[in-house]
Amino acid sequence: MAQETIIEFRDVSKVYHMGDSIIRAADHVNFTVKKGEFVAIVGQSGSGKSTCMNIIGCLDVPSEGEYLLQGKNVGEMDRDELAEIRNEMLGFIFQQYNLLPKLNLLENVEVPLMYAGVPKEERRERAAAALEKVGLGNKMKHLPTQLSGGQQQRVSIARALAGSPSVILADEPTGALDSRTGREVLRMLQQVHREGNTVVLITHDNGIAATAQRVIRLDDGHIVYDGPVTDPNAFVQPKIYTEEVAQ
Amino acid sequence: MTFSECFGMAWKNIMSSKMRSLLTMLGIIIGVTAVIVIMGMGNGMENYMRESFQELGTNNMTVTLIGRGNSYTQMSYEELQEIVEENPDDFDLISPTVTMTGTVKIGSETMDATSVTGVGEDYFEIKSLHIAQGRGIQYVDELKRTYVCVIGSYLNNTMFNGNGIGETLKIDGREFTVVGVLEEKADSEEGGSDDVIYVPYSTASRLSFTGMMSTYILTIVSEDRASESKTVMENALYNYYKDDDSYMVSATAEALETMTSMLNVVITVLAVIAGISLVVGGIGIMNIMLVSVTERTREIGIRKALGSKEKYILMQFVTESALTSALGGIIGILLGYLLSAAVTEAITQLMEADITVSPDLGSVLLAFSISAGIGVFFGYMPAKKAAQMNPIDALRYD
Ligand SMILES: Nc1ncnc2c1ncn2[C@@H]1O[C@H](COP(=O)(O)OP(=O)(O)OP(=O)(O)O)[C@@H](O)[C@H]1O
Ligand SMILES: [Mg+2]
Repeated sequence: MAQETIIEFRDVSKVYHMGDSIIRAADHVNFTVKKGEFVAIVGQSGSGKSTCMNIIGCLDVPSEGEYLLQGKNVGEMDRDELAEIRNEMLGFIFQQYNLLPKLNLLENVEVPLMYAGVPKEERRERAAAALEKVGLGNKMKHLPTQLSGGQQQRVSIARALAGSPSVILADEPTGALDSRTGREVLRMLQQVHREGNTVVLITHDNGIAATAQRVIRLDDGHIVYDGPVTDPNAFVQPKIYTEEVAQ
Repeated sequence: MTFSECFGMAWKNIMSSKMRSLLTMLGIIIGVTAVIVIMGMGNGMENYMRESFQELGTNNMTVTLIGRGNSYTQMSYEELQEIVEENPDDFDLISPTVTMTGTVKIGSETMDATSVTGVGEDYFEIKSLHIAQGRGIQYVDELKRTYVCVIGSYLNNTMFNGNGIGETLKIDGREFTVVGVLEEKADSEEGGSDDVIYVPYSTASRLSFTGMMSTYILTIVSEDRASESKTVMENALYNYYKDDDSYMVSATAEALETMTSMLNVVITVLAVIAGISLVVGGIGIMNIMLVSVTERTREIGIRKALGSKEKYILMQFVTESALTSALGGIIGILLGYLLSAAVTEAITQLMEADITVSPDLGSVLLAFSISAGIGVFFGYMPAKKAAQMNPIDALRYD
């Protein structure tokens, strides 16, 4: 069964100008993600993960090349269209949870639905259902600060799922958690994937990347590995890096 | 996102830090309160003036003939009456008024505060004075210079036990018979408008030396034409004297109009000065909104990542600023009313005057819409700043 392509990077580059010098945070990156895949993007610090994640998340546009999200060329969109795309097609899970502190859990999960124009009643129901799903149905009126980090991250998973997006984008989702709650969150992401969602996980940690099916390894803005997680080469440290450390 | 959702969000945010919101509104509160009280004071003073003038009779006009130079040219009562008759669209009734300064004695008692005035037969109608008992001054009294008088209720009650008709009193040693008693006008106080004696003007001018100067009181037909009627009279007098220092004409309605417009200028200037504090308040709101936008950079980033378009962020912050300012306006209006009542009370306590500080609905609505408008105006710039933030930078902000 040929799966539908959701994410397609065609020669994507992102160039930053720092005074006179030019930094290629992403350098001619090519890859595709198909519907229902669970992909981990890994790499050392500064390798360009966040750059790619910003582009995938439509928070930023490529300097060169094309990024197609479900066949739509994101590079040609204006800021409002990007906002609409983020709202409809993407569910974000951030390292710092990024919940709105003054809103209770239910209201937090409702936010993307509100911007989508979902009527109040339906919004309530969908948000409540999403919170039930992550096991927080009994805490809907709590404020984020009244929860543990792991619970907060579950709220942000619920928020990402509530709008039924095409892609769930998780940026270091376990970075602020201890290893036990981190594993819990990862299990939940695997569950989300098993239910048919496309998940892109960004991490610098090989152990966490191992929960995915496929690994894209970045180094200095280039893809140095793209293949199944089971391949022994998936977790080989790039040469350049080991040399630098050795010096 | 609907407007009511936006409103709800703004309300929630304002209520979540009440103290800060209150301080943000303070400038607006003070400005609106000041504007309301000043406008109310203007209304109160205008009403007070109107009432005082009404007591004098707003359809009255006073003509004072001074006479000219050494040639002793002076217009007579008959000539003045002719002018009145020739202009029936402007003038109606006329009566001379002669102020007497002689001492009044009732029995053995000397009345120092009582005022004595010589008047014509129409005087009571002109001044809207009503005869309670007996009769007024009549044409025959004028003609025959009789020694009769009409007294105010104060004298009748205190000096004659309510039965003044037929009794006598002495003015400058001459005996006058009381033929009429006026209805109570003020509150029958000594020296007030019920402590009065009216005698025929002809008798009065015989008894007291008033020189050439004579004073008349007239009714004008229409208050709206007050200044035109005044001009008619002035022109007629100028034709006679060929000198505009020989007479003085003053119309109560016109004087009221002049004073009201002067008062309005003063009130407007004061209100504008108070209005400046509204602008200062607006700048205060802008300042806090700018701080708030910076503080909430991360929230803005999150909302943008979750799909908020720029216009929603803009709407959110403008609504918040407008609501803050409008709430300040409402508090200011309430305080303004409270303060108005307090000032009214203070004026009544400290002064005899009955000035009611009463803000009118128009100025209240104006103050409210200005404060809401200020919120929108001064909130726009910070809101625009928020709306245009780059989502990536905003998300990264701590
Ligand atoms: N806004 C920017 N301006 C200039 N240079 C930037 C900017 N953002 C990223 N870079 C540069 O681009 C390169 C890739 O950065 P990126 O943030 O994508 O790395 P990363 O893989 O996410 O690293 P980390 O694991 O530390 O988050 C780095 O060299 C970085 O300095
Ligand atoms: Mg990063």
